[in-house]
Amino acid sequence: MSITKEFSKGLIEENPTLVQLVGMCPTLAITTSVTNGIGMGLSTTAVLVGSNVAISLLRKFVPSKIRIPAFVVIIAGFVTLIDMLIKAYFPALSKSLGIYIPLIVVNCIILARAEAFAYKFEIGKSAADGLGMGLGFTLALMLISSIREILGNGTFLGIPLFGESFQPALIMILPPGGFLTLGLILGVKNWLTDRKKGGEA
Amino acid sequence: MLREIIVIALGAILVENFVLVKFLGICPFLGVSKKIETALGMGMAVTFVMAMASAITWLVQEYILVPFGIEYLQTIAFILVIAALVQFVEMVLQKMSPGLYQALGIYLPLITTNCAVLGVALLNVQKEYNFINSVVYGTSAALGFTLAIVLFAGIRERLELSDIPKPLQGFPIALITAALLSIAFLGFQGLKL
Repeated sequence: MSITKEFSKGLIEENPTLVQLVGMCPTLAITTSVTNGIGMGLSTTAVLVGSNVAISLLRKFVPSKIRIPAFVVIIAGFVTLIDMLIKAYFPALSKSLGIYIPLIVVNCIILARAEAFAYKFEIGKSAADGLGMGLGFTLALMLISSIREILGNGTFLGIPLFGESFQPALIMILPPGGFLTLGLILGVKNWLTDRKKGGEA
Repeated sequence: MLREIIVIALGAILVENFVLVKFLGICPFLGVSKKIETALGMGMAVTFVMAMASAITWLVQEYILVPFGIEYLQTIAFILVIAALVQFVEMVLQKMSPGLYQALGIYLPLITTNCAVLGVALLNVQKEYNFINSVVYGTSAALGFTLAIVLFAGIRERLELSDIPKPLQGFPIALITAALLSIAFLGFQGLKL
């Protein structure tokens, strides 16, 4: 597969959140506002690209028996870096994402890409794969957080959308809203795929 | 003292349930909740790991990271401690209870990447708990996780038998069920502790 293909597969076809269903914790926890969604998506993308490149470079030196601990340490290194950068340059974002930034370490997407891709392929492809998967994750977070913020708070990126009389459905930005939104999005996705298959047959 | 412990425990189990309110540990919650038995096994493994992890990471923070002024290595240090612990639990289970070991399968090594474990370690530092409170908080957070996953598995066993519209089968209905369970747990927010 070419590098462009490795990049684009993560966006839709093999979207980590909506198709592979990995990395659920941040997906549900921080999607209460679009700003949080974008912030978390891009931080994860940065870690993912960094760790994929580093692991791809080291793949000939890391014995397969200790590869998982080695991956975890590499990933934790990148997360610490990103955590410090966000704290320094975006203190407000750092405050609203809270412990979910250090928790990027345990986001299954990153370990899964390290194990399934970066450990086997060369650096260019691994970087493309990381970027594609990361942006796919960001897109999914934006979709979920847009729905939750618009319905639950009546705003988009903090800008009010409706008049004064709008009563936001608070439940959408409370924890149950996260489960509900993702469940319904996946339901709609399945329905669309089924219909497409039915049309072809 | 005793009152403080009870407040922390009830808070972590019911009011701020790790899975349903804080969204920590969602992967195993959705992954190993098809049968009550495996859910209970997972819950017990996680409880053990989280209690141990709370104790050890507290000691690491207090006696290694703070005295040497290297708190920025917190994430790396904690994840290493947790990974080693999980490896240990895996070896013990493999020897003592091969049945459970088989049933938990791939999810056992995945406890390392269970955000609840790292999450509780980080929260203990953030909330500035002392040693005993940290262990109590870790254990009760894990019991809350076990409670949620067992309840959820019970509902899912029934879901298997019911007639669900095709697009919602499997994952989507599981998430919607979790939403309802989460609404139920919102009721505990009113609990005055």
